[in-house]
Amino acid sequence: MSSQLKIVLAGNPNCGKSSLFNVLTGLKQKITNVPGTTIENKVGRFKVGKKEIKLVDTPGTYSFNPKSLDEKEAVKVFFEDPLPDTILYIADASNLKRNLFYFSQLAQHKIPMVLVLNMLDIADFKGFEIDIDRLEKELGIRVFKINARNGEGTDVLKKALSEDQFVPHYAFGKDNDHTHESHYDSIIKLLNKTTTLKSKRELISNKIDAYATHPILGYLMFLVVLLVIFQSVFTLASYPMDWIENGFSMFSEFLSQVLPEGWVKKLIINGLVAGIAGVVVFVPQIAILFFFMGLLEDTGYMARVSFIMDKMLRGLGLSGKSVVPLLSGAACAIPAIMSTRNIENWKDRLITIMVTPLMSCSARLPVYTLLISMAIPSTLIFGFINLQALVMLSMYVLGTVAALVAAVIFKWIIKHDIPSYFIMELPIYHAPRWSNIWLNCWQKSLSFVKEAGKVILIVSVVLWFLASYGPKPNQTFSIQESVELEKSYAGHFGKAIEPGIKPIGFNWKIGISLITSFAAREVFVGTMSTIYSVGDEENFEQLREKMKKDRTPEGVPIYSLAVVLSLMVFYAFAMQCMSTLAVVYKETQSLKWPVIQFVYMTGLAYLGSWVVFNLFG
Amino acid sequence: MPQAVKLTELQIGQIARIASVAESPYKEKLQEMGCVAGVLIKPILKAPFGDPIAYELEEYTLSMRKNEAESITVKPLDPLFNS
Repeated sequence: MSSQLKIVLAGNPNCGKSSLFNVLTGLKQKITNVPGTTIENKVGRFKVGKKEIKLVDTPGTYSFNPKSLDEKEAVKVFFEDPLPDTILYIADASNLKRNLFYFSQLAQHKIPMVLVLNMLDIADFKGFEIDIDRLEKELGIRVFKINARNGEGTDVLKKALSEDQFVPHYAFGKDNDHTHESHYDSIIKLLNKTTTLKSKRELISNKIDAYATHPILGYLMFLVVLLVIFQSVFTLASYPMDWIENGFSMFSEFLSQVLPEGWVKKLIINGLVAGIAGVVVFVPQIAILFFFMGLLEDTGYMARVSFIMDKMLRGLGLSGKSVVPLLSGAACAIPAIMSTRNIENWKDRLITIMVTPLMSCSARLPVYTLLISMAIPSTLIFGFINLQALVMLSMYVLGTVAALVAAVIFKWIIKHDIPSYFIMELPIYHAPRWSNIWLNCWQKSLSFVKEAGKVILIVSVVLWFLASYGPKPNQTFSIQESVELEKSYAGHFGKAIEPGIKPIGFNWKIGISLITSFAAREVFVGTMSTIYSVGDEENFEQLREKMKKDRTPEGVPIYSLAVVLSLMVFYAFAMQCMSTLAVVYKETQSLKWPVIQFVYMTGLAYLGSWVVFNLFG
Repeated sequence: MPQAVKLTELQIGQIARIASVAESPYKEKLQEMGCVAGVLIKPILKAPFGDPIAYELEEYTLSMRKNEAESITVKPLDPLFNS
């Protein structure tokens, strides 16, 4: 026997699995990616005496016949080499029948198992009494009672996990009959022997649901929740974002003093550091949004939102389960698209992936902020509504409406035979488990930094090269360093596409910015600063005034209302984000969908801008 | 003996026993979530517009769309046993 044991943690969703994982491994956990797949497993390690235990978490699933991508990932772990020494199965004691179904399927594989019962307080409230000794005897394995929330009983469990465990000997199913029904039959027989129902009391959950799913109050509540979340995201995130920006500009300052002159210095400061800063600056907004999303999911409220939104979203080719990705899209499309994995139906999932980038993400905010401050006066309508704020809000509405309309169109176009379904547990409400929420928020933010970081870094370096180098005049195949942006490769490219973007009101300067902002949309602001040689990138007012004063040779202001609105619409719709395309490629495992996404969004942007430009021009 | 009816025909709060689940692409999913013959089921909540519907399945709450619920046949229990 090797000194390291591999134990796989399995169980249904909402049974306290993550809590148990966190209690057992503490913060010593890592998300690992199986190369070439989207499989992500959480792995944690802990020691009992001299034995080292490697605990592998799996996404919560209801069965061994996986339906959604999430569930497929869960079951792959059992067949990975080396095979697990023990399966640690956690079950919600208040809902044993269904929780034991997945257990009954895993029990067929001749792997030693341990059964852990959680949520005994709720089982007790519901009037269930469980005879643990009898259950151990019937199953032939050890059964433990724990409270994953406060860690009660986990010390005893930890110790037991270092010991050899047993293969369950209870015969689930009939002879060779392993239909779902025969498994449930044997589970019911097992439970008749081991549990008794004393009394039945109604849970508070049902009373809350009367309000949460009410035809009027339910939607009103959801709207208030959304407003609170977005208000918090914007106000709370602005402070850490300032610190990050200041920190990076100080770091660049420091580097420019210590590094020797030359292209390496420029590459590091203007390519690498600027690229990393562009990723990190969004972390606060994204982390805060994921904190709230985690809170809503953990308490059970999100399932109710899916429940009341399903009918409406279904008509649009989406499902109730699209709510989480679409809302997350308001922070960043990357983690939002990764969160579509629990949508079982391929078509529902694909449509959700295709339209999520239309939701206005945080990277569009600096672009909108600059443009709105240039063209929209800060006057009050009706004495209390700020016109600038109203335009900003309209941009969010525009993105959301576009996403929903695009969903309807994809619903008509994409052919798929398997009908979508919405068979979902409504978990009981419970108080938030803060440590889970924080961990989840941390891990999602980290996956954003990794996924977006890789792409943005590469693109930033490439774009830095294109923007700082240019062809030498009259000399083909030779490169000139430190040219002005206008004479750089990016400048040439901007001028080359000018005829194409003229109909929507853009000139070559905007053309350059369109190209550079492929790294991330907010790069638009930085490029504009470079073009208008505003020294400090953060100097918004200076940039705004310079842009306002820029005129055509005929003396007409370049950034007229029509041009600014056209630009805003373009940024609302266009697929100006390489990282998102990379994630779509990864999640759909095909080049086809990111290409279609790029083409339709850019087409939509061009069309939208053209309409707006001609309407106001 | 009570008549077998579609699950969607039950009133909110009316308990029934599942008789059968018809063949469909989501039959397996319904079964693994616990919708198998013999299990008690009770509609407890309807979403706005009457769809989807949440059912109490002895120990927990399961929501499904109307057309999924239509594939389940149930036998209502005697009203005397209803509470």
